[in-house]
Amino acid sequence: MSLDRPVPKAYVRPMRGWWRRNPYFLRYMLREASALFLTGYALTLLFGLWRLSQGPAAFEAWRTALATPLAIGLHGLALVFMLYHSWTWFQVMPKTLPPLPLPAPFVTAAGVVATLLLSLLVWAWLQ
Amino acid sequence: MKRSHEPVFWALFGAGGMLSALLAPVLIFTTGIAAPLGWLGADTLSASRLQAWLVHPLARLALLALISLFMFHGCHRLLHSLHDLGLPRSRLAPWLFYGAALLATLAAAALLVSIGG
Repeated sequence: MSLDRPVPKAYVRPMRGWWRRNPYFLRYMLREASALFLTGYALTLLFGLWRLSQGPAAFEAWRTALATPLAIGLHGLALVFMLYHSWTWFQVMPKTLPPLPLPAPFVTAAGVVATLLLSLLVWAWLQ
Repeated sequence: MKRSHEPVFWALFGAGGMLSALLAPVLIFTTGIAAPLGWLGADTLSASRLQAWLVHPLARLALLALISLFMFHGCHRLLHSLHDLGLPRSRLAPWLFYGAALLATLAAAALLVSIGG
C-alpha cells in the first residue's frame, strides 16, 4: 500500500506564512514575486503595441497614462524586483548551465557584466 | 508512460529568465521611468519612430520574443508559486497560466503583423 495515500483526519501542517519565518525563504519568495512584475510589464508592452496599432493618437494616450506618478512608481518597484531577479539568476547560473570549465564566480560575473554592457548599449542607442 | 510537457515549459521559462535577467532592468527603466520623466528625447519612443523601427522583420521578431518569453517565464513562476502558497494542485491552473502566456504571444504576433505588414 502506498504510504503517501491521505489518511482520514490526518494532521496537515499549516502552510500559512511559512516563508516569513526564515530570511532564506523570504528571499526566495521575493525572487518569485518578481514574476508578478515581469508579467505585468509584458502585458504593459502588449497593451502599448495594441494602442500603437490604433494609430498615433491612441499611442500618445498610452504614453500619457505611463507618465502618471502611480505608473512611474510601479515601474520603479518593478525595476528593483527585476534587478533582484537578474542577480539571483546569475547566482544560480553556474548550476543551471551545462558544466563549464570555469569557476562559478566567473560565470556569475560574466552574466552581470553582460547585463551592464547590454544596458549601456540600449541606453546609448536610445539617445 | 505519458510524455511530460514540462521540458517545453521549462525551456521557455529558462529562455525568458535569461532574456529578462539581461534586458528587463534597462527596458523597464527606459520605457517606464526615463521616457515618461522626459529624460530621453521627446520623439525617442514616439509612434512614428516605433512604426518606422517595426518595419524591419527582425525588430518585430525581437519584440515578439520579448513579450512572449517574459510572459512564459512569469506565468511559469506564478504557477509554481501557487503550490508554495499552499494552494491545492489543480488541473485547471496550468491551462490558465500557460494559456495566458500563449494568448499574449498570439495577440502580440497578430498586432505586429498588422502594424508592420
